[in-house]
Amino acid sequence: MNRENGANDNRPILSVRGLKVYFPIVGSGLFSKMIPLKAVDGIDFDLYPGETLGVVGESGCGKSTLGRGILQLLEPTEGTVLWLGEHIEGLSAKEMIGYRKQLQIIFQDPLASLNPRMTIGDIIAEPLTVHYPELSPEDRKQKVREMMERVGLLPLMINRYPHEFSGGQCQRIGVARAMILEPKLIICDEPVSALDVSIQAQIINLIKDLQDSFGLSLVFISHDLSIVRHISHRIMVLYLGNTMEIADRDTLYSTPRHPYTRALISAVPIPDPKLEKKKQRLVLEGDLPSPLSPPSGCVFRTRCPLAQDVCSRQKPVLKEIGAGQQVACHFWDWQE
Amino acid sequence: MLLDVKNLTTRFHTHDGEVSAVSDVSLSVKAGECLGVVGESGSGKTQVFMTIMGLLAKNGRAEGEVYFNGQQIIGLKTEALNKLRGVEFSMIFQDPMTSLNPYLRISRQMTEVLVEHRGCSEAEAAQKSIDLLDLVGIPEPKERFRMYPHEFSGGMRQRVMIAMALLCEPQLLIADEPTTALDVTVQAQILDLIARLGRELNMATVLITHDLGVIAGLSDRVVVMYGGRIVEEAPVDNLFKNPYHPYTWGLLESMPRIDEISRDTLYTISGQPPDLQALPPGCSFEPRCEYAFDRCQIEVPELRRIAEDRVKACHLDQLK
Repeated sequence: MNRENGANDNRPILSVRGLKVYFPIVGSGLFSKMIPLKAVDGIDFDLYPGETLGVVGESGCGKSTLGRGILQLLEPTEGTVLWLGEHIEGLSAKEMIGYRKQLQIIFQDPLASLNPRMTIGDIIAEPLTVHYPELSPEDRKQKVREMMERVGLLPLMINRYPHEFSGGQCQRIGVARAMILEPKLIICDEPVSALDVSIQAQIINLIKDLQDSFGLSLVFISHDLSIVRHISHRIMVLYLGNTMEIADRDTLYSTPRHPYTRALISAVPIPDPKLEKKKQRLVLEGDLPSPLSPPSGCVFRTRCPLAQDVCSRQKPVLKEIGAGQQVACHFWDWQE
Repeated sequence: MLLDVKNLTTRFHTHDGEVSAVSDVSLSVKAGECLGVVGESGSGKTQVFMTIMGLLAKNGRAEGEVYFNGQQIIGLKTEALNKLRGVEFSMIFQDPMTSLNPYLRISRQMTEVLVEHRGCSEAEAAQKSIDLLDLVGIPEPKERFRMYPHEFSGGMRQRVMIAMALLCEPQLLIADEPTTALDVTVQAQILDLIARLGRELNMATVLITHDLGVIAGLSDRVVVMYGGRIVEEAPVDNLFKNPYHPYTWGLLESMPRIDEISRDTLYTISGQPPDLQALPPGCSFEPRCEYAFDRCQIEVPELRRIAEDRVKACHLDQLK
């Protein structure tokens, strides 16, 4: 499970540089131009073999778009995505087929992401049918059974349909489908947020366990900072399509430097009445600004308790401030 | 006692037979206190309070007693109930967008309540509504008052809902997952607001949620529900420090926490939440319980008092 274990040659498996994903939105008015909605606005990171990168942020921060931009499910507007040293940005669906064996995704809504008219056996086998058409139906079924067993589903349920399963079981089906090709990277997009508390732990344990056995790399997208702390080696904090901070797990939670990271961490309720009732909360004022007209300079400045004039004029760059910690803030070293 | 629920059972008639969403639930709320009600989906936590509000679906039927300030409200005619709900006790819901009428300005939706229930004039009602929008922290309340629901963000909509619930100065506010649809930084704002209003208006609150963290910060007492029944009740500090029911214990153990590094593998409660149509004959948590023994399979455990301020429904005397 150690990042060092898998990362012998210390070369990133995935390298993202300056990634931008814009959606064109038609403005109001008769002759209005297209306004770009900057969902992801210049993101850089590396991911190493066996590593889990947590991506956190609130709704609208671009975390899901980032995941889809990496997988080329959405075409990046700018920037590069290097998979094992090869450029995959802008590749067509056809050209991506070869890479899909190695790059998979698990979605948030476990039931909606499964075709209701296919048996779960067919759903889990579909990637095999596409990528290994030479496989005989018996071999395919055998592989599906093994994978079902591996993710905690009874193989005798192979001919059932998704609606016959609970949310947690559907998510196991989604995991099995992503794992059947034995990929190197899985992008987990809020894989447990639709599940009950008692089921969340089951799925998190399953994902971690599969990572250990298969040496998977994970990009774990979530709004839940407690879960991200549990599963990630490194964490990236996003706000309005921009990276606010990246750091090792322990550094991020013990010495968060960006005011947004601090506010996020302090906003999470702790299941301990004594701590929770006396905790000093850093409550952010207001709401997320519209991504159609993001604030000038630093995108966080409209809600930032530390904002000064310079923040509206100059966009802070992401800079390294310590071992593995990068922050995009003019006043990261401000002390109370 | 402000709210006193005794042996409440709510059943729904469905094509597949009768389903008990709430079974034999008894709980009470004192004036000014905050009761947390925690449970997973299907635990019956929402249906208890939908029954109290008289908002059951058509196929629902309630039995039992619910006293509000001493008055039995189960079986009240709609007209009589309307004098109480929204006036003496109000409820807010998880999704503020679907709880507001998208066609009407906030002004109309708010003043209507006061004109109807309190006989206020339009001008009085408008002033009172704007004051309340101000109280719940909506900036520029006068301008915002004239807007439509879609012009508000999620957090602002929930503030509007809270302001509407407070129009008639209720003695009890029931909040059903009020922050589940919101981002954490906005959730923090709304939870602070609910706590502040409870204090300032000396209003009792019921906070229904699946999030034990939310319960920890706000409630005085907690009721834990599973499979339509109450399985444990305790003052909030004791519940978290020393849970008595295996389900409560399991829930607390299985949550990763932001303030500590958890074990590599999380504790898990095995299996699935119960199917209300096929509840086991004994304890509904028995199939998932590490501590279960023979008796749990055949006999539903009664709620019993095990300490002065604590009750649980479990055949076990102690967790190991």
